[in-house]
Amino acid sequence: MIELKDIQKSFDGAKVLKGVSSVFHPGQISLIIGKSGSGKSVLLKCMVGLLCPDNGSVLFNGEDFIAMNTKEKKNIHRSLGMLFQGNALFDSQTVEENVRFPLDMFTRLPLDEKRDRVNEVLKRVNLVNSNHKLPSEISGGMQKRVGIARAIVMTPKYLFCDEPNSGLDPQTSIVIDELIKDITEEYKMTTIVNTHDMNTVIANGDKILFLHQGQKHWEGNKDSLFETNNKELMDFIFASDFLREARAYRLGKTKK
Amino acid sequence: MDSLYHIGKYMMMLKGLFVRPERKTMYWKETLRQMYQIGIDSMIIVFIIAFFIGAVSAVQFAYNLAQTITPMSYVGYIVKESMILEFAPTITALILAGKVGSNIASELGTMRLTEQIDALEIMGVNSIAYLVGPKLVAALTMIPLLVVFAAVIGIGGGYLAGISSGYLSGIEYIQGVQSLFLAKNVVIMMIKAIVFSFIIVSISCYKGYYARGGALEIGKASTQAVVLSCILVLIADYIVAWLVL
Repeated sequence: MIELKDIQKSFDGAKVLKGVSSVFHPGQISLIIGKSGSGKSVLLKCMVGLLCPDNGSVLFNGEDFIAMNTKEKKNIHRSLGMLFQGNALFDSQTVEENVRFPLDMFTRLPLDEKRDRVNEVLKRVNLVNSNHKLPSEISGGMQKRVGIARAIVMTPKYLFCDEPNSGLDPQTSIVIDELIKDITEEYKMTTIVNTHDMNTVIANGDKILFLHQGQKHWEGNKDSLFETNNKELMDFIFASDFLREARAYRLGKTKK
Repeated sequence: MDSLYHIGKYMMMLKGLFVRPERKTMYWKETLRQMYQIGIDSMIIVFIIAFFIGAVSAVQFAYNLAQTITPMSYVGYIVKESMILEFAPTITALILAGKVGSNIASELGTMRLTEQIDALEIMGVNSIAYLVGPKLVAALTMIPLLVVFAAVIGIGGGYLAGISSGYLSGIEYIQGVQSLFLAKNVVIMMIKAIVFSFIIVSISCYKGYYARGGALEIGKASTQAVVLSCILVLIADYIVAWLVL
């Protein structure tokens, strides 16, 4: 479980996060949504320790991450995986070396066992026969899968995904969403996804945190989303005619 | 104030190197990769330039000495001393500031831009130690070796150019090279090589590691790394000469 308490962060005097609090549970996919500049990425970076909040605390299973010493922080880092928006794969390493990197760095397993584990996670993300390719030789969707494979190879307790669908076609986006959903349930992870993608919101929103101007403006799930009267959230989610009609249809169906 | 900020940040980066490696074999593997990139990949350019510097020095000294009563064997002596004391360490360092320095700054800058450094940190890897440490070790090992070879090749270039110019014979040149040999000068050459290696790699790593923005900023960081390294190499050259000669 991850708990955020009154997270605040400013850059050059401009307040980006104005006291965000929430709780994220294991086995669930929690989505952080909001317009560009609403503070989603900053919040995610504060949670994983890439940024230090000015105020507030991030609790991993009740332990304050910000107050931890370097060694304790490293231990938390080893229990979390992250899928980056641009995948952040190491250019000079093959797919297999990228996925094996955390195993090489933090375990003393024999090479055969490491290879078996790499093949297992690559199979899990439906990526076979690409072990010896470089990231530049595979498609964007495949790179996302390699990123997911690398994030889960150490069997993390927490998974963070920053815009996992950016730059992907709608079909591949759905595949990636389903994959994140499946592995969250399978590994009982606390998964936090930062997204703009409405398909992801509707498909995977076990919990949704809507940020507006650096504040938590709404919190709920994909079902309560359709019934909300929160104006900013409505403007954000149901921005297109298609989604507005979908909402009207769904509400009409519920009333019947 | 801005300079003080950067000096402080640079010192903090260097402090970040003194941590226990997460897995020594991974650091060693990375060090070997860097040794290849910094040392082996730079050999051809360094050797070509060293050869021609030695050759041009020999011809020009011979031309000037030919107008005087100074023995022509002095050409060998002057080429040897200038290669060992100045040309081999300083010119090699300036070449490597351009080649290796820009390469390191743009590599680390791109890693920063594409979140690869963040990915290392998230995994629990000390990114400064893992990315900068092997580069420094590789440079401190390979650049002094390149400098030694550059000195030898430069002296060899002087020999070939000297005898082919017709101003002096091979025996005269070798006599000059063998005369008044001071081991201290070789030590000074090695001190310079080590100091210059440290400057080039640490400055380039600093500029690349803390690069922010986009492609334009990475290009700027790379240029700044080369310019600053060259200036600091020349300043360090003067300071080392002043301290030890």
